[in-house]
Amino acid sequence: MEKGAGMRKEIIMRQPMPEQEPKKRISNFDEVALGYTEQQAIAEAKRCIQCKKPSCIAGCPVEIDIPAFISFIASGKFDKAIAKLKETNSLPAVCGRVCPQESQCEKVCIYAKKNDPIAIGRLERFAADWEIRSEPATKRRGSGMEPRRSVSGSKAKVAIVGSGPAGLTCAGDLAKMGYQVTMFESLHATGGVLRYGIPEFRLPKAIVDFEIDGIRKLGVEVQVDALIGRTLTIDDLLKQGYKAIFIGAGAGLPQFLKIQGENLGGVYSANEFLTRVNLMKAYLFPEYLTPVKVGKKVVVVGGGNVAIDAARCSKRLGADVTVVYRRSEVEMPARVEEIEHAKQEGIKFCILTNPTKIIGENALPAGRQGWVKKIEVLKMELGEPDESGRRRPVPIKGSEYTIDVDSVIVAIGNNPNPLLPREIKGLKVEKWGGIIVNNETGQSSIPYIYAGGDIVSGAATVIEAMGAGKRAARAIAEFTARI
Amino acid sequence: MFKILDKTELSEDIFKFIVEAPLISKAAKAGQFVVIRMDEKGERIPLTIADSDPSRGTIAIVFQIVGASTKLLGARDKGQGIMDILGPLGHPTEVEDFGRVVCVGGGVGIGVVYPVIRAMKDKGNEVISIIGSRCEELLFFINEIEKSSDKVYITTDDGSCGRKGFVSDELKALIDKGIKIDRVVAIGPVPMMKAIANVTGPHKIKTIVSLNPLMLDATGMCGVCRVTIGGQTKFACVDGPEFDAHEVDFDELATRLDHYKDKEKIAMEISSPLHPSPQCGEGNHEA
Repeated sequence: MEKGAGMRKEIIMRQPMPEQEPKKRISNFDEVALGYTEQQAIAEAKRCIQCKKPSCIAGCPVEIDIPAFISFIASGKFDKAIAKLKETNSLPAVCGRVCPQESQCEKVCIYAKKNDPIAIGRLERFAADWEIRSEPATKRRGSGMEPRRSVSGSKAKVAIVGSGPAGLTCAGDLAKMGYQVTMFESLHATGGVLRYGIPEFRLPKAIVDFEIDGIRKLGVEVQVDALIGRTLTIDDLLKQGYKAIFIGAGAGLPQFLKIQGENLGGVYSANEFLTRVNLMKAYLFPEYLTPVKVGKKVVVVGGGNVAIDAARCSKRLGADVTVVYRRSEVEMPARVEEIEHAKQEGIKFCILTNPTKIIGENALPAGRQGWVKKIEVLKMELGEPDESGRRRPVPIKGSEYTIDVDSVIVAIGNNPNPLLPREIKGLKVEKWGGIIVNNETGQSSIPYIYAGGDIVSGAATVIEAMGAGKRAARAIAEFTARI
Repeated sequence: MFKILDKTELSEDIFKFIVEAPLISKAAKAGQFVVIRMDEKGERIPLTIADSDPSRGTIAIVFQIVGASTKLLGARDKGQGIMDILGPLGHPTEVEDFGRVVCVGGGVGIGVVYPVIRAMKDKGNEVISIIGSRCEELLFFINEIEKSSDKVYITTDDGSCGRKGFVSDELKALIDKGIKIDRVVAIGPVPMMKAIANVTGPHKIKTIVSLNPLMLDATGMCGVCRVTIGGQTKFACVDGPEFDAHEVDFDELATRLDHYKDKEKIAMEISSPLHPSPQCGEGNHEA
């Protein structure tokens, strides 16, 4: 126990996050959490007891000096706070919003042993948002954090494949070290999952734009509409003089339940549904030309953040939404905060329930089924723990029943992107398709190829992908110095 | 921005654009496709690459106006641009010296099968091309196809050119005459490809079709392009677009293609005044 903590006479409560009212927010895509005011941020920062041996830093995959940035906020030096954050984290406005702090830095916060932990994530977001709001003023003040001019470094050329969290971090770190970095993105917009996956109401795209702009200003070149393996091959990149390649191509083909009726109309993978809504802005159809149809009743299958995002998007498109999950709520991988938000918004949870069949309307000739009508589900109970340590869901015989639906969104995970691993001869991959790398360096079986993020780990978090990008940047710097 | 260097109206509502896309032109092979997005508010739609010229850094795309996005595309002129083009996507057509190959193109598929005809001919095959549309006015590329084929058969639904009937009728006639066929490549509307598969199936003639399901990212991420091939779910963008015709669930593909018909109508109405659809006598829809 830190000295001093026990001496505090009064416990200051954790500052609540101001939020849009549930009733209002289910009819818009605006951000739900509104962010701390300056007063709130300072009050929250002052709760931090500035441990001499802080445990929070080790809880952060990108090792932010958490007490230091919080101390700057406590004394109102917001410019110094954001500069401290940016020393190790290229995307603080993103991380402050989407990191699962409750299972990382805040989980090991020493203050949390007796009270609510310091709201590290909210403070990170506050400092990052403060910079966005006051960027021009910051530049004038010469705080030492003004973006560099867009000049390429003089060190080796490095290609980054994919512009999601892993790629952005790797690119930003290498550019800071003086490397000539080009980031190749197959979609028409950068950001990867930050763009197509996480909805506007959780991570506004203007925030993503600002953060990526920051990376570009470090000198990183960006090429969109470039699918490595097709538009340019790895050999093309080598011929163009790239000395190392980092692959952060992200999540790939969605997994399905492998049950009857999954190819009916109205059955979406979460990837497809979220891409339509977030990247293509289908919620603004027909102003934006990409359509999406959810109808009046939606069932989302799965219990992760992606499932909750899909459920909350469906709600905002006007549907009555039920999340169907085969284990109990305790086992749900989604953040508790997101589950709470979803409940506030009137989303129903049908736990210990597993789909067995998707049934369509018989509106087509020859008895063919067109659009989904019902989903048949089965009740489950928890048995012995499985290899994941969570109690295994076991079907209860004869407990099948059907739920009427207009659409079904399957959010049970992805396999890694299949395209690039297939195209690179000699690249070692796992049975399930993930690229095999050295965990410390991200180096693959081909020395000049590094990889990180979901294409290595399978579906994980933004911050874990960023951590992998950071480690790979360090290793690529050492590798290119040797050649 | 990808600049449109040339625009030709091949027949009513079918256009050919030559577009500046140096990287794609270098990498493209017969059978591959691109995804385009017209502008900030546009959809991502897949279109097959009809030709590529790496020396000029250009690709050709052939498309038919069928929805709001293709309508907007058709309204673009030479000198204007397309905001995004991603490609080349999908596996190229398997081109080898098979012997005698029949290439079948229907409707806008004529433009898509043309590079396959050339590639097959270049590889030393004897190429028989069967080209069909609803009526004579909708035919195009006939001269080009004649140059690359050993024999060309034309069919129209209304009999205004060539045999009155469908491309599948012509293919059946060839088979019935006892002509030995080593491989068939058929590209066109779903009912046409299904009819071709039904004709060649009993004779065990290897038949390849190029599928055109809905796509979004087209890079192996979203899964909307899933098709059932021999009872297995495959993804046309990374596993295709070409598959063994005798294994394809064409009915499912047709159903999945229709999912947004109602939305498409809304988008069409707001995108610009309705284009008159091509008239050709009493011709029925391509089948």
